[in-house]
Amino acid sequence: MAHVDAKQVNQRKLKDFSDGNDKIKLLLMVCSIIGGALGWYFITLVPSINTFLASPAQVFRALISESSADGRYFKDITISLQRVLIGFGLAFITSVPVAFLMGWYPKVRNVIEPWIQFFRTIPPIALIPLVILAMGLGEPPKYAIIFVAAFLVMVVTINQGIKEVDKILVKAAYTFGAADKDLFIDIMIPAAFPYILVGARLGMAASLTTLIAAELTGTMFGLGARIQGAQQFMDTSIVLLGIITIGVIGFVLDKLLLLVEKKLSKWK
Amino acid sequence: MSETLIEIRGVHKEYHVDGGASVNALNGVDLEIKTNEFVCVVGPSGCGKTTLLNIIAGLEPFDTGSVTMHGIPIVGPGPDRGVIFQQYALFPWMTVRKNIEYGMKFLRKPVPVEHPNGKTGEGVRKTRMVPYGKEEKRKMADHYIKMVNLTGFEDSYPKALSGGMKQRVAIARAYALNSDVLLMDEPFGALDAQTRAQLQEDLLSTWEKEKKTAFFITHDVDEAVLLATRVVIMSARPGQIKEIVDIDLPYPRNQATKLDAAFNTYKNYIWDIVYKMYLEIPK
Repeated sequence: MAHVDAKQVNQRKLKDFSDGNDKIKLLLMVCSIIGGALGWYFITLVPSINTFLASPAQVFRALISESSADGRYFKDITISLQRVLIGFGLAFITSVPVAFLMGWYPKVRNVIEPWIQFFRTIPPIALIPLVILAMGLGEPPKYAIIFVAAFLVMVVTINQGIKEVDKILVKAAYTFGAADKDLFIDIMIPAAFPYILVGARLGMAASLTTLIAAELTGTMFGLGARIQGAQQFMDTSIVLLGIITIGVIGFVLDKLLLLVEKKLSKWK
Repeated sequence: MSETLIEIRGVHKEYHVDGGASVNALNGVDLEIKTNEFVCVVGPSGCGKTTLLNIIAGLEPFDTGSVTMHGIPIVGPGPDRGVIFQQYALFPWMTVRKNIEYGMKFLRKPVPVEHPNGKTGEGVRKTRMVPYGKEEKRKMADHYIKMVNLTGFEDSYPKALSGGMKQRVAIARAYALNSDVLLMDEPFGALDAQTRAQLQEDLLSTWEKEKKTAFFITHDVDEAVLLATRVVIMSARPGQIKEIVDIDLPYPRNQATKLDAAFNTYKNYIWDIVYKMYLEIPK
């Protein structure tokens, strides 16, 4: 048998599923963002496109004028953020105990689950007419819509987490002499904690998407209302500014929750 | 030898599966476990050995028969019976030390309290049960961490440990309960051969140092003969005790014991019975 060196044969290259080189990863991401922005710039050079799509420069000018002293940019952001955080906050502090009650008492789950499954498939926006009729045009209907959206997502995710708590840990705690109350506080809550954070991230995303929908009707201020208003004046630079702002807010809020997750579940 | 610690009399247990069929997991099991004995249970899967352990641990109910410890019926789990699981069962959000200290959270120790007798006015000594203090738990945890050679890993989370180290934490945690018996359900089943051999030796030397009754389930006949003072062979469908073999090999034992002619006689004898039962199971 002749010896053939590795270099002389064509070794099959198998699919590599790893994340790849960090530097290349970063480079590709930066290129993607710059490329996207350039592409946006170039297509808006076409006048017929520019009539419905503002250019980066126009959006930047909109940012300057909106955030000037007599602009409303910060008021829109503040009011939208306030709605998101109040609706989300209410949903968070109610979904955690409801999910735990469902996980702990099967009977509670049997009573609540059909309703959650039913409402989960209905877009919360469909509830707007009812909510406006019931609560009027003030702030509470916005909180209510966001609450419903975030609550449903979070209760389902957190409940799933509680179901998936490793039963061997429960057994171990029992052998130490833990009472049911200890089991709940010492084992169930920390074991389900990562799912609570995943639920919070999904709930936050649902809050943001629902907020904009909720603001498309019956409000003067807020990013959604601003986008809606600008559409009527065909001011696409304001529309794009609003869209980008919502995207940035969502990104920042998600990163904040990720940071909390990293800090609090080092053990994962 | 010495007095009976755990007594199992005529224990039956059936599982009901979907469709109304039932599986006879344990069919009239009688077994006495004496203080400071090391009992190993071997048998094909489905012979009910884990069910038996769970019943002694108080983690599973049974249908008929009686199970007592110190003559008192076992009605539920408790820290007087430490359990070591194959899956380690460490709390992943707790460090090594916190895991061991958590095991001690519900332990109580008697402290004397002096209070005057209403009739005579003289002091009457009574005891009260109180939990261990923070410092006490810490000291005890340190002792058992040292016992399983994990000094330096006190503040590590389980995810940073190898399988063998995780099981050593679980052993330390069970020992820290200072229970009357250790119940182990294939504790080394998930470990590689070398780690397994080392943990067997560690367990043997710990068992000899801190005398403790042990009830150990395995499907590895070598392991059973190496560790046990008695090997209980169980048969499947229905789960019953087929035979009990006294292992008359002197302690201390270690891996070299496996070279012993007597060791191999025991091993071959038990292996023959277990393998024949395995072949008889319809597959």
